[in-house]
Amino acid sequence: MTNLKASPASRRIVLAAALALVALYFVPLWKISLEAPQYPEGIGLLIQIDNIEGVGPHDLKNINGLNHYIGMKEIVPEAIPELSYMPWILAVLIGWGLLAAATGKRWLLYSWFGVLVVTAVAGLVDFYLWGYDYGHNLDAEMAIIKIPGMTYQPPLIGTKNLLNFTATSLPALGGWIGILAGLLVGWRTWKEARGARRARATAG
Amino acid sequence: MTNSRIRLAMLVAAVAFAGAFTYACQTSSGPAAGAGDAASEVYVAPGEHDEFYAFMSGGFSGNVTVHGLPSGRLIKTIAVFSQYPENGWGYSEETKDMLRTSFGLIPWDDSHHPQLSQTDGIPDGRWLFINGNNTPRVARVDLSKFETEEIIEIPNSGGNHASPFITPNSEYVIASTRFSVPIPQADVPIATFKENFSGTLTFIRADQPGEMDIAFQIHVPGFDYDIAHSGRQVSDGWAFFTTYNTEQEHTLLEVNASQADKDFVAAVNWRRAETCVAEGAGSVVPGQYVHNVMGEDRIGRSELKNSVRMIEPADCSDMIYFLPTPKSPHGVDVDPTGEYIVAGGKLATTIPVHSFSKMIDAIANEQFETVIDGIPVLEYEAVLAGEVQEPGLGPLHTEFDADGNAYTSMFISSEVVKWRLGTWEVLDRQEAYYSTGHLMIPGGDSSQPFGKYVVALNKITKDRYLPTGPELAHSAQLIDISGDNMRLLLDFPTMGEPHYAQGLPAELVTANQVQMFDLTENTNPYATLTEADARIERDGSTVHVYMTTIRSHFAPDNIEGIMVGDTVLFHVTNLEQDWDVPHGFAVIGARNSELLVMPGETRTLRWVPQRVGVFPFYCTDFCSALHQEMQGYIRVSERGSNPTIAYGTGG
Repeated sequence: MTNLKASPASRRIVLAAALALVALYFVPLWKISLEAPQYPEGIGLLIQIDNIEGVGPHDLKNINGLNHYIGMKEIVPEAIPELSYMPWILAVLIGWGLLAAATGKRWLLYSWFGVLVVTAVAGLVDFYLWGYDYGHNLDAEMAIIKIPGMTYQPPLIGTKNLLNFTATSLPALGGWIGILAGLLVGWRTWKEARGARRARATAG
Repeated sequence: MTNSRIRLAMLVAAVAFAGAFTYACQTSSGPAAGAGDAASEVYVAPGEHDEFYAFMSGGFSGNVTVHGLPSGRLIKTIAVFSQYPENGWGYSEETKDMLRTSFGLIPWDDSHHPQLSQTDGIPDGRWLFINGNNTPRVARVDLSKFETEEIIEIPNSGGNHASPFITPNSEYVIASTRFSVPIPQADVPIATFKENFSGTLTFIRADQPGEMDIAFQIHVPGFDYDIAHSGRQVSDGWAFFTTYNTEQEHTLLEVNASQADKDFVAAVNWRRAETCVAEGAGSVVPGQYVHNVMGEDRIGRSELKNSVRMIEPADCSDMIYFLPTPKSPHGVDVDPTGEYIVAGGKLATTIPVHSFSKMIDAIANEQFETVIDGIPVLEYEAVLAGEVQEPGLGPLHTEFDADGNAYTSMFISSEVVKWRLGTWEVLDRQEAYYSTGHLMIPGGDSSQPFGKYVVALNKITKDRYLPTGPELAHSAQLIDISGDNMRLLLDFPTMGEPHYAQGLPAELVTANQVQMFDLTENTNPYATLTEADARIERDGSTVHVYMTTIRSHFAPDNIEGIMVGDTVLFHVTNLEQDWDVPHGFAVIGARNSELLVMPGETRTLRWVPQRVGVFPFYCTDFCSALHQEMQGYIRVSERGSNPTIAYGTGG
């Protein structure tokens, strides 16, 4: 009879990954840094699970102030719906992982990995679309600086020059924790799947 | 009289000789030897910072200038006692009370001696104090903002010169009357100087920001009290003041006050005075003075006080002694250990150095020459540690390094002389261009000289810079003292006459810098915290304009409904929360100044329109690429026409 339970090692790692995701409530997921001659010390945004805030206490206000020159919409965290429901999505993800660890059921582990990957991809796509919207849908009336053909979409990941600013977008600590948790879960999913296949082969 | 004439003639001859000598040296040696090396030693590459802050008295500009060392670059003028139209200091409604005195608003003073706050005798970078000599005052500058936060007036004083010379834990800054006057003031013949004139030494509590207060005044004989320094280490608890005109003359002092062979250093045991005050010694006497404080809400407020506690030397034994000191001493400087008290007898041919421990012994042994107005005069030989022989002509001020060396300025022979404490031998000389007054070594009047450089603050520049008509630049010179021999590195111009300076390692100040004011903590009652709140309110003939600035527009920028003769109060709040983005506000015909408003701050300009018309206002501080567009109009209608108030921005 095929064993439907994951190994104790996998369960421990899954538990650790699920608990690690709790940190995402407290540390930023993503960071967009801007550098310019006038800002040698840098200025930037941190994307939290439920908020967007400046790296420095006034960075959000100042980035909005700078963006008004190019007619970009103001970044108002309260008006971004994702920030209100992402904490619940994270809660579901953590619960799913804890359940997988507690029960040790392989299908829960596999499905959890699947959901983590889908959520991450969906999140990046959503982030890209927001960036596209802010960078392209500029208010032609209010824009003070208008450069034909110029758009101001920040990079999804990596570095890009936007007029006098160099914008860099990278995962922050929370992002790295999420990636690490995903890799761990992926690794155990692969091990469990291989173990199960071998068991079936032996049984057969 | 004959003797004094001869002495004067010798002095004149000495000056002439020194001048010729200086000229000869200059022509023969050309540019300073090793100028190439010197250039690299004072070069601070673009984007790099100086190692030290130097705070220079602005002299008769009434302000303080801040320079970087070793570059000598001027990086800030701090408005202190003088109205400063560049940023509205003393003109704006929030700052004008800071210049209030018992005489009313005094828009000017003559600032002399900066003093850094100290902890355990070491400069700590919190505050800078400086005296106003003309209308006796002491100011406290906060070094997190480089802004004057407190000014206290000194009553019963005429010319606050021996000030502020702080005590080792900033317990007190001190003050004195340079010019003795009738105390209390009275309508008396000047010729009754000896009967009716006297002096005061004042101790001002200084360690609680916003609460500077005159703790007590000591009533002293009618001499001129010139310069001071507080004791430190072994002499902590004492303060030393030089005197001249112990002859008590009241006219032609350059001759009449140069008669006595010795004047005095007054040694004051301020701990003893504290005890006497605590025991109720002395009496409360009249004395009007004003205390001005910049509040947490960044509004300056004045308080008039009417009396002080005055102690007579007879009220408090063992509190004050006179140390005979040759020939009208000027500077009095205490070495880092506190043992040696160096007096610069400006007409003397030696530098006398008193010993604190010998002074204590002489007091214990009652080695008194005489007693003046209840003040024992100690025997000169009993307190003398030694004399520096043939140091040069006209010794004025001494600073110290951490290795037991002293550096004294020679006014008449225009040089800085390095000598050894204890052996009193002259080690080195460096010419100064010209007539050097004060010297400054970073920490050089504290328990911990930071060393490296001495800055000579020169009274005459003559040919050192491109000529600028009759009035020439005042000048400082940077001299390297890191080796056995001093090396002149750099000339740099200063503002006003730099009487004295203070210096310290930059990191003691940079660590606490305020970059802006938090808008959410702005409690000015006329603040406008969002653009939506910008508005105009008329109250009789006073019109309040609640205005905001943010890159790059005013709200409102179109204003109508003002009449000729109205008092228009522009309350300008800078909504920026970014470092180095002040906005300016200037309106045509303003008879006071502009405003320079820091991020998060509110400042108010009073404007009384005189003519019918439409008048522009604009931002004076370049704020963005669209700074030039940061402008607006105010329409002024005839008096009595009662126009409707209207305002807005955009739309």
